[in-house]
Amino acid sequence: MDSLDKARLDKDFSELYRVHLRDVYSYAYYRVGNHHDAEDLTEQTFLQAYRHFERAQAESDGRPLRPWLIRIAHNLAVNLYRDRSRRPQTAIDDTTVLSTLHTTEDLVEGRDELARIIEAIKTLPDERREALIMRFALGMDNREIARAMGKTDGATKVLLHRAIKQLEGLVMST
Amino acid sequence: MSQPAHADFESMLRLALQPVDPPEKLKARVESTLQELTDAAVDELESWEIGAMRDPRNWVRPVVASAVGVSAGTALVVLRVRQERKKRAAASSDPLDLLRRTMRAAAGEARKLARRD
Repeated sequence: MDSLDKARLDKDFSELYRVHLRDVYSYAYYRVGNHHDAEDLTEQTFLQAYRHFERAQAESDGRPLRPWLIRIAHNLAVNLYRDRSRRPQTAIDDTTVLSTLHTTEDLVEGRDELARIIEAIKTLPDERREALIMRFALGMDNREIARAMGKTDGATKVLLHRAIKQLEGLVMST
Repeated sequence: MSQPAHADFESMLRLALQPVDPPEKLKARVESTLQELTDAAVDELESWEIGAMRDPRNWVRPVVASAVGVSAGTALVVLRVRQERKKRAAASSDPLDLLRRTMRAAAGEARKLARRD
């Protein structure tokens, strides 16, 4: 690779970083449950992505690279848990999530329900929880989620449906 | 709690899982690390290029390229000198004179080629 190729690659990577930093951080935050680990996970994700960016770009065939980034974050999170051999160190910081809501009366009324939803999400199996994070926190469509999770579009659709149903049941039972 | 309608439940889910903005200090940290990596990669590339020029194994390509150029030039001179052979033979008084004329023609063609390059 010559210097021109390198400069183009760095420019493309900077754009990827700029556009998807919030996605990766949101995923990391909801996945690991605290800001400290989410920051580490986000940094490691982009470092890993930088190392393999040239190949990923060549193999993406013009498709978005967000699923690839999220898959890196997912693998790193799995390693993090494996290393620590336990679930998230601390629970999702509910106050942080809830403080981002607008303070209209409607939302204040819904706070209890949101808190129940957040509690219920934590109890879901990892795969279902991840699918929900990708869909609702990152706004990924079925195809993107499928690529990030290494599943077919059909399997992803079923996974999401079941995750929502299970969550709905959990929230209703509380 | 009343049973939420499916669409309403998804709306609530969207509210519960709002995107989280990364802290500014994280942006600075990641950007700084990436910049260091980029600089290191550029340094590595530059030192590789200089190192490659110092390594005699990497001289083969330029030498072959030069050799190809020289061979092509020589062939062109020979061809042009040969084309004028009959004229020189007719004008020369003896074989020695023909050799002298041929050498002069070859030198002339080589000079022309050198000037053009």
